[in-house]
Amino acid sequence: MAAARPARPRVGPLAARPGAAPSLDVDALLDDRTTGIIVCCGSGGVGKTTTSAALALRAAERGRKVVVLTIDPARRLAQAMGIQQLDNTPRPVTGVDAAAGGSLDAMMLDMKRTFDEVVESQASPEKAQQILENPFYIALSSSFAGTQEYMAMEKLGQIHADAQRDGSYDLIVVDTPPSRSALDFLDAPERLSSFLDGRFIRLMLTPAKGPARLMSAGFGIVTNALTKVLGGQVLRDVQTFVAALDTVFGGFRARAQKTYALLQADGTAFLVVAAPEPDALREAAYFVERLGEDRMPLAGLVVNRASPAPRGRLSADEAMAAAARLRKRNPTSLTAGLLRLHADRVRTTEREATLRDRFAAAHPHVATAVVPALPTDVHDLKGLRRVGALLAKG
Amino acid sequence: MTEAAWSQVRLHVVTGKGGTGKSTVAAALALALASHGRNVLLCEVEGRQGIARMFDVDPLPYAERRIATGLPSDDGDQHAGVVHALHIDPESALLEYLAMYYKLGRAGRALDRFGVIEFATTIAPGVRDVLLTGKVFEAVQRNSRNRGAQRYDAVVLDAPPTGRIAQFLNVSGELAGLAKVGPIKSQSDTMMTLFRSPRTAVHLVTVLEEMPVQETVDGIAELHANGLPVGGVVVNRVRPRDIADADLVATRSAGLDKEALREDLEAAGVDATKTLVDGLAAEARDHAERRALEDAQRAVVAQIEAPSYELPLLAGGIDLGGLYDLAARLREQGMA
Repeated sequence: MAAARPARPRVGPLAARPGAAPSLDVDALLDDRTTGIIVCCGSGGVGKTTTSAALALRAAERGRKVVVLTIDPARRLAQAMGIQQLDNTPRPVTGVDAAAGGSLDAMMLDMKRTFDEVVESQASPEKAQQILENPFYIALSSSFAGTQEYMAMEKLGQIHADAQRDGSYDLIVVDTPPSRSALDFLDAPERLSSFLDGRFIRLMLTPAKGPARLMSAGFGIVTNALTKVLGGQVLRDVQTFVAALDTVFGGFRARAQKTYALLQADGTAFLVVAAPEPDALREAAYFVERLGEDRMPLAGLVVNRASPAPRGRLSADEAMAAAARLRKRNPTSLTAGLLRLHADRVRTTEREATLRDRFAAAHPHVATAVVPALPTDVHDLKGLRRVGALLAKG
Repeated sequence: MTEAAWSQVRLHVVTGKGGTGKSTVAAALALALASHGRNVLLCEVEGRQGIARMFDVDPLPYAERRIATGLPSDDGDQHAGVVHALHIDPESALLEYLAMYYKLGRAGRALDRFGVIEFATTIAPGVRDVLLTGKVFEAVQRNSRNRGAQRYDAVVLDAPPTGRIAQFLNVSGELAGLAKVGPIKSQSDTMMTLFRSPRTAVHLVTVLEEMPVQETVDGIAELHANGLPVGGVVVNRVRPRDIADADLVATRSAGLDKEALREDLEAAGVDATKTLVDGLAAEARDHAERRALEDAQRAVVAQIEAPSYELPLLAGGIDLGGLYDLAARLREQGMA
């Protein structure tokens, strides 16, 4: 293979079209020593976890010292990587080819534990205990929309700081949580800190009597309504929670801002992962735009699960017509069945190519790698290597 | 056609792993249920406006809108039913709830101004889910006393994914730490009575791949553990099966007889170039491998003690026509 990347000759319906996206050079990204963080994001069910793991393994086998932070890997994949235990610490993955001098560690995020650790690091032991036991904290740390995203970023910040100090890793690959929308995780730190800053929280912190008279008319209605609906105990729980959390406020905000800045830095590369489906590509488009607005460095788009391009120039209609002719003579003809499959495949690849073209037309500068769907599930290092190779072929 | 399996069910909850097509299945099920003049409400709760996109209408407000005519049945059904849609967001649901049960018109708005609504819907434990399910409950329970409101023969909920469904429906459990007594507690208990009754069915959507099938099995166990009624398993995006099993086995073991393939193609008037023959043989191998994987997962699905339904992979993608096509297939198999 030539070192430069000439456009590969393609035939059939996928032959290079005007306006097609530039291709993403995954190996160049992985080999670039200035790439310190790769964040894989995208909507749920598009194969982010597999993509992150495959990128991490490929980077490690190309000589990088890598840690991959995953959120919710499939059970067998987690087993293969030795991370079925949630212990919030990176563990070495066995079976990685270290010939090039690289290494691979992996960890699975424990959201609640990460949050608890933040609280413990920010508050006195007594205060921390009070927070950790509050029912509102328990809800916040295990189910607040955005907590998982925020904690993934928090953990990234921690690992990055450690790696800077002791040189344990030179590349961190982050898988993002399976949000309902790809945008959630960018908004999470902001949402959490604006929540903690919210007017309601401020009010809750205001002593019931005292100089708060200015707001008291409206606030009286509010507390009365809350008491009516929720009961007094709940209101007191909220107040305790808010008061306790107030002491660790500053720490939260500072950390969130630091992580946000880290994401904007040059060493970070975002990869938007999508499937060739309208919804997933629409999310990907929003995400690309949002990264641009937030000045986050976008490396490219990975389109997973693409239908493999059919070979030969037989169109879907021709294939269907030929299949019909064969079936007339032999209703169970294997060749007729194959022709029908071929027709489906041609139609599917055409539809997918149209979807990608539309994306490229709106975002012409986004480098794209298209990864064909594998016939079988990926649940071992061999499978990850195969995905990695396909990613690199782009 | 025999009586549909779920004819007693008023609330159809459709869940599934992300990416398996649960919204598509929910929409198709709503169309399938809306025959013989039956009114069906299709609800979404995840703020995605997926219904509006699928049915190609403007984004839905927090109000019930008529979006489509149901799929007529082939028994001379003169009046297909109507599918209505509702996009439920927790903020609007909470304001409506406060106005309805506590007559908190002005105070409700004050709550909003003070950020209480935001607080309640984003952080208070379980409140968000209770509000979403509460609105669904209200739509299911409407009766003749509620004048002027549209009544529904069935409500289909495009629900959160499998990993969250038991928690989502288990509203009284979620609220346990928050409200031990009081009006919210008794309301959530009433809701649980409906969700645990035979008038509710939680359907799970999967595709024939390892992870989604595993998640379906886990999800069903979790539903059982929570006393929630498991409905059917909808296997989505099934590959076409027009190649005989024996041929698949042969393809996997010995490879395809390329000479026979070439002769067949020539006979059918196709220019059988080497590229085409090799390409078709490679596609055959690929397909055989996927079918083997699908069959293995289908065997796992067959072990599940719930009726299963299959929907094909539509090569052209899903548009409104595709939804009716899928609706017809669900009905053929007795799901609606």
